[in-house]
Amino acid sequence: MKKLYFSRKQLCIPYSVFLVLFVFIPMLLILVYAFTQEAADGSLYFSFDNFLNFFTNSSKLQTLGVSVTVSFITTFFCLIIAYPVAYILARSGWKHTYVLLMLFIMPMWLNFVLRITALRELLNIIGFLGKYDYVNTVIGMVYDFLPFMILPLYNSLQKLDQSLLEAANDLGAGDVHTFLHVTLPLSMPGILSGITMVFMPSMTNYVVSETLGNSNITILGKMIEEYFSTYDDMHMGSMIAIILLVIIFLTMLLSGGFKENADETSSRGANLW
Amino acid sequence: MVNKRQAIKNGVSGVYLAIILLLIYAPILLLLFASFSSARIIGEGGTFSFEWYIRLFQSERVMGILLNTVLLAVIAATLSTVLGTMGAIGIFYSNKRTSALLQGANQIPVVNAEIVTALALAILFAAVTLQRTYFSLVVGHLVLCTPFVLISVIPKLKQMDNNLYEAALDLGASPTQALFRVVIPQIASGIVSGFMLSITLSLDDYIITSFTKPATFDTLSTYVYNAVKNESKSDLPLIRALSAIVFLIMIIVVVVLIVRSSRKEEQSR
Repeated sequence: MKKLYFSRKQLCIPYSVFLVLFVFIPMLLILVYAFTQEAADGSLYFSFDNFLNFFTNSSKLQTLGVSVTVSFITTFFCLIIAYPVAYILARSGWKHTYVLLMLFIMPMWLNFVLRITALRELLNIIGFLGKYDYVNTVIGMVYDFLPFMILPLYNSLQKLDQSLLEAANDLGAGDVHTFLHVTLPLSMPGILSGITMVFMPSMTNYVVSETLGNSNITILGKMIEEYFSTYDDMHMGSMIAIILLVIIFLTMLLSGGFKENADETSSRGANLW
Repeated sequence: MVNKRQAIKNGVSGVYLAIILLLIYAPILLLLFASFSSARIIGEGGTFSFEWYIRLFQSERVMGILLNTVLLAVIAATLSTVLGTMGAIGIFYSNKRTSALLQGANQIPVVNAEIVTALALAILFAAVTLQRTYFSLVVGHLVLCTPFVLISVIPKLKQMDNNLYEAALDLGASPTQALFRVVIPQIASGIVSGFMLSITLSLDDYIITSFTKPATFDTLSTYVYNAVKNESKSDLPLIRALSAIVFLIMIIVVVVLIVRSSRKEEQSR
């Protein structure tokens, strides 16, 4: 009997090897590269230079500022646009809300570069392109990431117990009062996971900022790409990646349930099928 | 009175959803219309024509890129489904500590920023071979897709009736037979959704692809991104026609899905 269980357990060996080779080791390399420099003879030596360089260089700090600002604004607009959508879809009691929800997330299946290109043509026609680089970038990010906000909000609002709302009503709470004191707090997990799912890609998805911001907006993701492909400096690139990870970690920590969010995030795609 | 208020509420809600949907679909509809115009730049006159569609199908380069993209998605999805399903079954039958460790490791690429994963892989390949090949590209897509296969399959394993496996063994099936005839059929829906998810993730990817692909290789995403960045006047109209086709295929798939799921609903009634 023992041997039997052993044979089924063995099935995870290929994936374990894969994880070590292509997830663990590469992430370790990032950490090593971030805190080293290359000597003239090609050997690596420990150094804090990249770290100090990042925080003393005004253009890098500006990129950090731009990135965080764009992400905040994007997340904010996603939230205020998505909440009513999710609320109506989850609570209106209409028939066929499933079809409506599909309509809202369907654009996600169109290749995102094609989607952003389409938006670019529209912004070009209404005369925004080349004029309002920040506005265009934020519009693009909201456009791209809106489904990431709608889905978790919809899920948490749908789970909401109708009897709680009725109880609040029976006890004399008005609609606004019920919303602020019952619905909103109970949908907090959805709000938080929506925030983390929008905030991170808006700091890194440089396809949007490059395509719509006329190459004038540099976000952290773009800076990493530049150090990788243009300057061929993987040490600085790795340092920026580490800084990015720290920011993401802090946002997740700030938005509360680190663990809860991980669960929700993991289901972000799975919800679609 | 209450009904009237409800009617107003419904009306406002409906209008709001309609406006947001209109905004979401406006760019795509614009492309759809523009793809039938002979003008190279939207709004610059032009007459109704299928010119761009004809040129699109005549363009060996674009057709080659499409084939590359689809082939890569199928290869990546197939490999990651096999790897991920095996991993999920292995994890499910492992002891608690191994299972927790592997599931935690599986979450790393999911929670991680895609560009960090991409850079990490690029550094690895640079350190080992100094060049990027089709192999590194496939590995990149596997890192992207496989975690989601596990995430789709593991819940199905948990729902599975474990006694059936034991029963199969008692009735004389070998462990391999029991695995393929009892376990796999019970988790098939998870495997299928993992595969479909992998296909969409791979088709949609830009960042990992651009960090791990060989210089001369293009997928749909990298081709379109470069064409747009260079404002290529010959490529943009083709991309419009291409977007329109992809969009129509997508609508057909969604309609099929909706019809299928509403049929299932009726059957279950």
